[in-house]
Amino acid sequence: MEFLNTNLPYILAGISVGGQYALIAIGYTMVYGILRLINFAHGDIFMVAGFAMVYLSASLPLYISIPMTIIITVVLGFAVERMAYRPLRTAPRMSIMISAIGVSYLLQNCAWYITSGLAKQYPTIPWISESISIGTATTKIVTVITPVLTLVLVIALVILIKYTKIGMAMRAMAKDFETSRLMGVKINSVISFTFIIGSFLAAIGSLLYFTNYATVTPIAGAMPGLKAFVAAVFGGIGSIPGAVIGAFIIGICENVIKMFGWTTFSDAFTFALLIIILVAKPTGLFGEKSTDKV
Amino acid sequence: MNEKNININGEITPPDKKNIFFKSVVGFLRKNWIGFTLLAALFAIIFILEQVLSSSSMLFVVLKKGAIYALVAVSMNLLNGFTGLFSLGQAGFMLIGAYTYAIFTIPAEARTAVYQYFDGGIINFTVPVPIALIMAGLAAALFAYLVGLPVLRLKSDYLAIATLGFAEIIRAFFQWDKLGPVTNGSNLLRRFPVFSSTLYPFIVSGICIAIIVLLINSSYGRAFKAIRDDEVAAEAMGINLARHKQLSFTVSSFFAGVGGALLAMYQTTVQAAAFKSAMTYEILLIVVIGGIGSVTGSCLSSFLFIASSEWWLRFLDSETYIGSFKLPLLASGFRKVVFSIIIMVVVLFYSRGIMGTNEISVDALLRFFRKLFRKDSKGEAA
Repeated sequence: MEFLNTNLPYILAGISVGGQYALIAIGYTMVYGILRLINFAHGDIFMVAGFAMVYLSASLPLYISIPMTIIITVVLGFAVERMAYRPLRTAPRMSIMISAIGVSYLLQNCAWYITSGLAKQYPTIPWISESISIGTATTKIVTVITPVLTLVLVIALVILIKYTKIGMAMRAMAKDFETSRLMGVKINSVISFTFIIGSFLAAIGSLLYFTNYATVTPIAGAMPGLKAFVAAVFGGIGSIPGAVIGAFIIGICENVIKMFGWTTFSDAFTFALLIIILVAKPTGLFGEKSTDKV
Repeated sequence: MNEKNININGEITPPDKKNIFFKSVVGFLRKNWIGFTLLAALFAIIFILEQVLSSSSMLFVVLKKGAIYALVAVSMNLLNGFTGLFSLGQAGFMLIGAYTYAIFTIPAEARTAVYQYFDGGIINFTVPVPIALIMAGLAAALFAYLVGLPVLRLKSDYLAIATLGFAEIIRAFFQWDKLGPVTNGSNLLRRFPVFSSTLYPFIVSGICIAIIVLLINSSYGRAFKAIRDDEVAAEAMGINLARHKQLSFTVSSFFAGVGGALLAMYQTTVQAAAFKSAMTYEILLIVVIGGIGSVTGSCLSSFLFIASSEWWLRFLDSETYIGSFKLPLLASGFRKVVFSIIIMVVVLFYSRGIMGTNEISVDALLRFFRKLFRKDSKGEAA
């Protein structure tokens, strides 16, 4: 109990950041499931959502700027797919991945240009930035809200995928791209829809993440993006519950490592975990068996 | 008993090996004399330029950095373009090379100042610069060998993300303060010997790239290309996949390590924090622009890349007035935006890059010029 009391802030922070990673990881895992593409630009879309909020809230009230941020992020995700990935649909997988790296480079440079490379203060969203005490620990309300909100969104998403027509189309495409095309699935609109969902969740994730961290920089998206991808691989890429569980595990482990005073290695640990899982069980915790990966 | 005598090789008396070697060298020189002359002329021009222009000219910055990036890009191309292994660990191996070079060449008297927080460090000897360069390569190669054992079993994007992960782990390790007596923690390493002449990176990179080209043109190189084109078919032809992938990965990392050491010399300081994955992405984009699978393409595009990002597009970064009219958009950082748009255009619409899988060869150039002149003379006659 004594141990729990002193370390509760770390564990709470871990659960919270895990929920934020989960929201990003879903974008990775859905896109990978359908297109077999690591969308390197996803982390940067998350970063753009942060900046959009900074600039919009400077002149608009929150009840307009939050929906606007989400809309801008969704439009950006849609546009990236439309302009950078769709023309390469028949190209080798490596070209699409290079295109994704190019988009990430472009978004980072644009953000650098607009902000002159300075870190921007994230606006405080009332209520969720307020302090709350749980047991002996004091934390922001957002820490408690994140896991709850994440779970609600994930359940909604799973229902969408299980019980709607477009969800069925997504599952079909993840199983067999060509056959589902032959069965009359409009692949382009389904892919666009996937990117829209991914960007929407990334926008929500960025609202929660940056409320916790307070500043946005042009490279703020790179590390959370990579970690969310690792979470997606850890949970078994293509599987949404897997991505969520993976993200929570990574978020908690990362903060437990900080708790032991090994802060330098909190990033390295994530990648070590990735390599261990890739070598030992490449399909991840919940992934379907496939001969593609190894 | 007779079977051995029937063997064709047995009947022909083996020629003098020394003689053959000598003849082939002479033949090689005779066949490629134009190339060697051009190369010598290039070195002479750089040497003369250095005497004429002031040493702070942007031209030398571009030439030095371009030569270093050319080496790293070619080493990445060996892996991505010729063996088909999509690896994103280049920055990590460059970091190992840069640190190995710096750690072993900082003069003993400068160590107390450099390692001020770690009592002068624990390494108290220095090695000569050329040996340190080779050690830089070897350290990177050794690490690549160890990384390769588990990671090379993975394919395409999984390999990419795993190597990227390793590069990040390496970066964290070098910043760890427990390793401070060796790596100086997250502080700068400095005061190691650097080069002043532009010829130095040219000569080192030139030698390294020549070795890579020889490797690509050897039977190993053909095996690499076979693996790239079809792994299953290559294995069926008797190519040991694991061994060749490992070889390509190790050799590529060796030269990335040497490139990292050169970069350290160019920058005069080393800090682990600078070797981010963004650096790997830049090198990858150089390879893509030059053409995946073309050595000369990679060299050409690295000079173009460095020249446009450091020199030609600089004007976009400064606010410019024509009379009293302020040109719109021009501000700090705009250069990089324009630059990344150009890159996206290349990636989307010219996915073969400048050279595709072709090479610039002296013969092809000569043929091109002959054709050009013939056309001209025909035009005049008509």
